[in-house]
Amino acid sequence: MRNIWTIWRKELKIYFVSPIAYHLLAFTAVVFGFFFTVATAIFVSRGMQSMRMGTMMPMDVNEWVIRPLLMNISVIGLFVTPMISMRLFAEEKFSGTIELLMTSPVRDLEVILGKWLGALTLYASLLGVSAINLGLLFFYGQPDWKPILVGYLGLLLQGGCLLAIGAFISTMTRNQIVAALITFDLCLLLWVFDWVSSYETAAWARVMSYISVLTHFEPFAKGVLDSKDVLFYLTFIFLGLFLTARSLESLRWRA
Amino acid sequence: MIKVEGLSKRYGRTLAVDNISFEVQKGQIVGFLGPNGAGKTTTMRILTCFLPPTSGSAQVAGYDVVDQPLEVKKRVGYLPENPPLYPEQDVEDYLTFVGKLKGLRSAELQARIDDACERCAIADVRGVIVGKLSKGYRQRVGLAQAIIHNPEVLVLDEPTSGLDPKQIIETRTLIKNLAGEHTIILSTHILPAVEQVCEQVIVINKGKLVTIDSLQNLMQRLQGAEMVVLEIAGSDGTLDAAEAQRRLELVSGVSRVALREAAQGSFTFEILGQPGRSLSTELGRVVLAAGWQLRQLRPAARNLEEVFLELTKAEKETGSGGDK
Repeated sequence: MRNIWTIWRKELKIYFVSPIAYHLLAFTAVVFGFFFTVATAIFVSRGMQSMRMGTMMPMDVNEWVIRPLLMNISVIGLFVTPMISMRLFAEEKFSGTIELLMTSPVRDLEVILGKWLGALTLYASLLGVSAINLGLLFFYGQPDWKPILVGYLGLLLQGGCLLAIGAFISTMTRNQIVAALITFDLCLLLWVFDWVSSYETAAWARVMSYISVLTHFEPFAKGVLDSKDVLFYLTFIFLGLFLTARSLESLRWRA
Repeated sequence: MIKVEGLSKRYGRTLAVDNISFEVQKGQIVGFLGPNGAGKTTTMRILTCFLPPTSGSAQVAGYDVVDQPLEVKKRVGYLPENPPLYPEQDVEDYLTFVGKLKGLRSAELQARIDDACERCAIADVRGVIVGKLSKGYRQRVGLAQAIIHNPEVLVLDEPTSGLDPKQIIETRTLIKNLAGEHTIILSTHILPAVEQVCEQVIVINKGKLVTIDSLQNLMQRLQGAEMVVLEIAGSDGTLDAAEAQRRLELVSGVSRVALREAAQGSFTFEILGQPGRSLSTELGRVVLAAGWQLRQLRPAARNLEEVFLELTKAEKETGSGGDK
């Protein structure tokens, strides 16, 4: 347990002394800030329009602004996870520090969990940046905070799951760029797999749609906390970390 | 302290370590000698539980590397060939991280860091980012990392590679000072490094154990035949290399002559003598008599290739009952 903490701290420190963390924070701030501006501007102009027409439809901030924004962050997540996870093991393999980790009295699992949690913490801090924008809404309106919380829980779970895959990919190469590319490919596929469900209802299409990480995020964005989606993400995280552990172990045999 | 029995390691089709057995007593400094690709690093990686052996067994401080890796890891300090450093951290941070990984806590950790910094002479760079350190400092930080938890066994893979002569001497002194408290096994492909530091030498080549011997015995066996470098030039710049070589081969006591370098009428030969014969006097006489210019005549630095040739040859001879 203490070892996990030690490795977690080292990971975070390295993220935050390198440009990676600052780049990602800035990227998220700019991109999400843009989405936020657009979403609220559309909301305001719609509101004005309906006022002019005298219809005065009830407009819900949660439904009109926050939900699409949460979906947006989820997609941004697909782009940032490879950048976070690429260095996890590839860098250690390249620089030889993996020898230090694997010859220290630490279990492989502790290394993996420490690293994964470190990556997840950076990802969570990106979510924090996006939350600042949503926080502004509370100054000008009364959005319901509970669906937002559920949405962020979903984002965290989705991130954990993609980072677990990224960690696994990162154990397989010494080259960070290769790790990032392959992780990105997988993230993208796991996003678009869902699209087949819009025209096909056969079993294979349902399976593809099921393994698509974004399918499981939609309920969270709506503020619906469904145990089967939580379970999906947890299973996925477990699988990803399990594969990472196996791959790390096989390093010893292949070297 | 270290006990290796019938150790083998196979990577796919290549056999990197082939049935090696040896023992190292507590407090000894053992040199692990062999050319590149001899299996030194692989053996060390097995001893440090980085790699599992394909067959055979290895025990460090009484624990088996396969069955109780955590216990072994607690008792071993390991400096890989490239010091395992994180360039983003400063030295203090790095040593704190490694110390914690090795199980040290707060007060003890601080004391150990101070001690390791002092021993490795890196106290003046504790606040410097590792990535900005020179090669020599990095190597010393690597060494500090290996001794941070005061391990019973130190495994050092090429601790002096890539250092300048002054740093090499410093590192050697440092390693010597560590002896006694720690059992040290260090690998190298440079003979002088072993001469200066080690009491016991293990020579391996192509994955096989060539010899285990004390340094003194080994040096005696190596001093069987003298080898010199001779550079000559013709007085009028018209010296024929083949002709010169032929004449040198005829000199009494010479067993082999090889041309190493030829430049603008001057030639450098490497000359191996017969065992027990001194070459310089006779060669000098012949050169002067032939009217050549003597540019240099000095004992050749023995490179490891020759050491191996000789050692393997010696093994065969003793194996077939011959004695020299």
